[in-house]
Parts: sequence; C-alpha cells; structure tokens
Amino acid sequence: MATGSTAAGTSGGALDDLPPSPAVWCSGLRKRYGRRTAVDDVSFSVGRGEVVGLLGPNGAGKTSVIKMLLGLVRPDAGEVLLLGRPSTDPRSRGAVGYLPELFRYQPWLTAAEVLDLHVKLARADVPAAERRECLALVGLSERTGDRVGGFSKGMQQRLGLAVALVARPELVVLDEPTSALDPLGRVDVRDIVLSLRSRGVAVLLNSHLIGEVERVCDRVVILDRGRVAASGTLTELLGQHEVRLRLGDVGPRADERLRATGTLTRSGDWFTVALAAEDDGVTVPDLVRDLVGLGVRVHAVEPVRISLEERLLAVLRHEEAAP
Amino acid sequence: MIVVTIAGLTLREAARRKVVWALLALTVVLLALSGWGFSRLIGLDTELGTLTSGEARLVASLLINLIMFGFSLIAAIGTAFLAGPTLAGEVESGQALAVLARPVRRSSVLLGKWLGLLTFGCGYVVLAGLAQLLVVRGVVGYWPPSPAAGLALLGAETVVLLTLALLLSSVISPMASGIVAVGLFGATWVAGVVGGIGGALGNDGVERVGSVSRVLLPTDGLWRGAMNAFQDPVAPIQMGPEGGFPFLADAPLSPVYLAWAVLWVAVVLGLTALSFQRRDI
Repeated sequence: MATGSTAAGTSGGALDDLPPSPAVWCSGLRKRYGRRTAVDDVSFSVGRGEVVGLLGPNGAGKTSVIKMLLGLVRPDAGEVLLLGRPSTDPRSRGAVGYLPELFRYQPWLTAAEVLDLHVKLARADVPAAERRECLALVGLSERTGDRVGGFSKGMQQRLGLAVALVARPELVVLDEPTSALDPLGRVDVRDIVLSLRSRGVAVLLNSHLIGEVERVCDRVVILDRGRVAASGTLTELLGQHEVRLRLGDVGPRADERLRATGTLTRSGDWFTVALAAEDDGVTVPDLVRDLVGLGVRVHAVEPVRISLEERLLAVLRHEEAAP
Repeated sequence: MIVVTIAGLTLREAARRKVVWALLALTVVLLALSGWGFSRLIGLDTELGTLTSGEARLVASLLINLIMFGFSLIAAIGTAFLAGPTLAGEVESGQALAVLARPVRRSSVLLGKWLGLLTFGCGYVVLAGLAQLLVVRGVVGYWPPSPAAGLALLGAETVVLLTLALLLSSVISPMASGIVAVGLFGATWVAGVVGGIGGALGNDGVERVGSVSRVLLPTDGLWRGAMNAFQDPVAPIQMGPEGGFPFLADAPLSPVYLAWAVLWVAVVLGLTALSFQRRDI
C-alpha cells in the first residue's frame, strides 16, 4: 500500500490517518469474576457519529464490557479511551449518556427531578424547556411531575432513555434499551437512535433484537464467551453470498469442483455453497458450466443472501471462520 | 459541587421517605411522655417523704440522660438504616449505575452522602434534644450546665455511627450493615456499662473492657461526654463515690479522646472511600 515511502514516512502517515479520538476505543479488556473469565482480550472502537451494535448470547460479556467502558467495573487488564480521555478520568464521561440494562432511578423523585439531577451531575447547561422536550421525546410528557416509584417498568426504561439523552451527549451507550418496551416503544427507540446518528452522536447499542441492530447499526461486534467472535460493517459481515443448487448425478469430481468454490453443505439433492464476500460475476456461471461438463444434471440455481441472524448463529456455532 | 448535589439528594431522600414521619411521631410521643413524667416528679410521695426540689433536680438530670440516650438510640438506628441502603442498596438495585456513569468521582458521591446523612442525623439529635431540654426546664426548672456541648457530643456520636454504617454498607449487604452497626453500638454501650461496674468493684480487668471498647468505637465515649454535659455537676457526688451508674458520667471528655474520635471518623471514611472506589458496580 505505502510502497516507496520510508519507514518514518509510513508511521507519520499512519498517525495522520487516525481519526481524531474515536468515541470509544478499548484494547485488551479482560475481566475475571472468581474463576470464571467474563471478558477476555476484547478490543474494538466506535467512531464519532457511528452506531455500533454489540451482539452475543447471554453471558457473552456484553454488559461487563459496557460497564468497563464506563468505569463502573475495573478491568483486570486493558485500556479504555472515551472521547479521547482514559476512562479512569471521570471527565471522560462528561459527554456520555448511559441507559443501564438494570434501569432504576430514585423512586422518591419525580421524572423531571431525575433529569434535573442528571443535568447537574453532568455539569451540563440544559434549559428547562429542553429537558421537557427530552421527556416528551420518550413519551413521558404527561408524567413529568409524577414520582418514579409509581412508574411501570416500560416507563422507567423510557425515563432511562431520557436520562441518557438529556445532557447533550456525544456518545450514548444503550444496554438492552427495549427490554421492557412494547412494539411502539421499540420503534421509538429505533427512531431515536437514527436521529442521534444523523446528529453525529455515536451510539453503542447492546440488544438481543437482531432485526433492530440490523436496521440501525453501521457496524457490529459479536461477542461470544467473553471474546470478540466477529466484527465488521454490516456489508462485511453480510456481504457473503450463498448459492443453492438442486443437482442430480453428482459424481466425486463434481463434488470436488463444488468444494473448490466454497464451503459446501448438502441436504438431499440441494447443495449450498458459500461464496466469497466480493462477487466477481463469473464464479457461479463458471461453476454451472463445469458441473454440466462433468455430467451433472442442474435442476435449479438460486442465490441466497444471509441475514444477520443467520450470520450470528453461524459465528456462534463456529460453522465458519470469523472475518 | 457534586458533593453538595449528592448531599442535597440524600437529605431529600430522608425527607421523602416515610421513616422520617415515623421518627417525628416517635419523638413527639417521647417528648410528651417525658413532660408528663417530669411533672409528676415534683411533689412525688416516696416512702421517705415528698421529693424536695433539689432531689427532683437530681432525678431530672438522671432522667434527661436516660431520655437523651433514647434520642441518640433513635438517631443511631435511623441514620444506620438510612446509611445502609445508601451505598449497598443503590448498587444492588441498579440506582448507582446511572449516577456513577456521570463525570463524578466516587469519593465525591460518598462524601456527599456522608454530609447529607450527617446533616440529617445531627439535625434530628440537636432539635429533639433541645426540645427535650426545654420541656424539662419548663416543667422542673432544670437546665444542664453545658447544653451546647452536650448536644454537639450527641451529634458527634451519631456521626461516628453513621460513618461506621457507611463503611459496612460498602462491603456487606444493606440490611446486614444496619443491623451490624446498631449491634456494635449497643455492644459498646453494654461494654461501657460493664466497664463502669468493673470500676465500681475495683476490678481493673473488667474496667478495661469499657476503655478498650470506647477506643475501638467512640460512640460510648462521646455519649459519656454528652451525659457529663447534661447532668447536674453534684449528681455523681450525691450518687456516691463508687460510680458505675449507667446514666451518670464521672468525668468530662478529654480533648485527646475527642481528637481520637475525629481521627477515627476520618480513617473510617477514608477506608470506605477506598473500598467503594475499588468496587465493581
């Protein structure tokens, strides 16, 4: 890539190419609880204005990673930078909004008072009208003066969302933001995340709802048993195509030809071949031509596009190598 | 700034929780009962004849100490059970997550909570104690020799106990921390009484029980200083030189002990900050 440039020139160029302080940068995060390793060597970053989804099964270490990013849990090893500052410095969280998975707010305060408190704690200068707007955005405009103790779980989660958004954050961390919400609430959250992205606010979203992640995220990090199992942009992760063929009279040579194209799975006379991420436009026609040449009867050829869910399951079941 | 915000929040919590109203009702009942009791004291017919006003003052100064002990107990239990849920409970419920993810130092949050609880506990003890002194003055005409010092020492006793409850609540569960703090408070008081009896019997070993426990947890020492400030100066002489009576103190508080109590609070608060800083939320 940097052919012809000196070593010093390359390193200088690499530094210049680095984006100015990503919203989140973490490297080599490790955490043990007793004898159980919860997080093992996790590294990733979230660029400014980028929406990154954190996916993985229960107990994969997603919430532990988020808590380490926010300085709530001390990592055994590794480094975290939030908006360019080390997370050991409380000021790194100055422009961070956080909706915890376990969302509980002072039950003796009203919704408006909870927001007032968080504006004070964030040392932000947010006028009262903007705070009210924030509550209205999450659908709590009618309940601003009511005590949080009387709120349903869904309303508390909506309040948590308002708390995460109220102090004009540059990074919003949402840990399972729709776990207590009805379908309408889920759409609201999706709209809020998209509007944050359009305003250049970075979002780290941990959610079980893959469809939600697929709709709003630019990039996905898949955690499994405390490690990063796969990560990349949606196109990188989903760009991989498959082709399904219904074939007859497949001999050993034809089988070899199929395996040479990509990972092969067979179910009856249906053959599924995984293709490389970049479609060169000749792989499938060449394959069909060669198969016909080998005396195979080709009944059907269907292109298949992998969904994020299938990709996630494949990664978690170790059916394919991580990119 | 954060310290003041958190202190205000803690006070608001104390004011909005129903336990405060229970505390207030209890105090009013205690004040009314003591007022009635003191009024019966004058002209009381005993087997030895009617109580003279001088004897009534002696008994009043004893009873003041008894009632003040009641107040300090209420304040102690109240603050210990408020302090317990404050750290451990908020961590357990998840309330601490959103607050500590803000740009705040954990030590500031802790200091704010401590200041809020201190204001609440001391405010209660001083107001209720002052009301009690006024009731006694109105009914029997007794006014303690140094009421301000006595109330301040009662407040200090509350501070010691709530600091201990905060330390405990940063390492054990909220309910356990309240129970252990109040249990230790009671144990120290009992040890003090045992030490007093040891002193009366001339048994150095038993007397040392009280001295050692007073150093380990300064609540009982401060309480004895407060009693000395409230009681009639002639009371210990009238009660006889042997001493050992649990609601009379023989000597005022030494400045060295007061300094130790201040140091004790600072060290325990520092330990709490350290343990809270290292804790995974």
